[in-house]
Amino acid sequence: MKKVFTKPKCLKDIPFHYCPGCGHSIIHRLVAEVIDELKISDCVIGIPPAGCAVLAYNYFDIDMCEAPHGRGCAVATGFKRAQPDKIIFTYQGDGDMAAIGTAETLHAANRGERITAVFVNNAVYGMTGGQMAPTTMIEQKTTTSPFGRRSEVEGYPLLITDLIATLKGPAYVARHSLATPAKILATKKSIKKAFEVQIKGLGFSLVEVLSPCPTNWKLSAVDAYKFLESKMEKEFPIGVLKDVTKRK
Amino acid sequence: MALRGRITINDNLCKSCELCISVCPEEAIRISDGINYKGYHPAEFIKDMCRGCALCSIVCPEIAIEVYRER
Repeated sequence: MKKVFTKPKCLKDIPFHYCPGCGHSIIHRLVAEVIDELKISDCVIGIPPAGCAVLAYNYFDIDMCEAPHGRGCAVATGFKRAQPDKIIFTYQGDGDMAAIGTAETLHAANRGERITAVFVNNAVYGMTGGQMAPTTMIEQKTTTSPFGRRSEVEGYPLLITDLIATLKGPAYVARHSLATPAKILATKKSIKKAFEVQIKGLGFSLVEVLSPCPTNWKLSAVDAYKFLESKMEKEFPIGVLKDVTKRK
Repeated sequence: MALRGRITINDNLCKSCELCISVCPEEAIRISDGINYKGYHPAEFIKDMCRGCALCSIVCPEIAIEVYRER
């Protein structure tokens, strides 16, 4: 029999530390598969975030450099300008990109830096214990919004990907979800496209991935993926928001 | 003839999230009675029902599943 699915080469043989059903490890695998398919593992530099994925450098068999919380895009800018022939990607969570790192991310996108950002949105602060994040949905219960998020007190969820899509600098901006196997494959295609946009030097590329957090949503893994499809995709509509390669 | 396949599950990587069971169209995976070294009941493969569609491996967060297919 022919082997049709195995672990990507640029992931090390180390078990993930994530909770059962976490989306982070799926996204790690998708990024690793894209790096393998594009054959760029010797010239790619990754920047892990602060958050649950802070130990991502343990899993990838590529060069990685940790950035201070939220400063992934700023560190990536430095790398890209010092070594323009390298492929730079940041891997950031919603607390990293939509809260503390909003300024760095927006300005890196607006400058059109030739970097790729993978933005993992799970609507809570996962690592610190499930507090409310800027991307927490209205009426979603977290440890700091035990009666649900109220728009009159805590405001509305921040759709930072839509915000970035309105700028002129970004070349490719998309939002995807991990809710079903088909959507996982679509996410992989989109991440590949984002890397290709960077390799062509067209500008900033961003892929937001809606990812489940079963532990902090207080759901089983299977229910978390159902919640992702039924609730979260309504608040954060999936699709390609900006693609300059299509216009030409 | 329908496609035939086989999967191998690495017991010690499995965290018993049951996502593979929820997507398998042939119901060829179940939770075993045994315990792995992390303390979870790992998923186990039921023989002769697999078509090698690889949906389980696509959703598996731990990359514990390898898929083999005839042809």
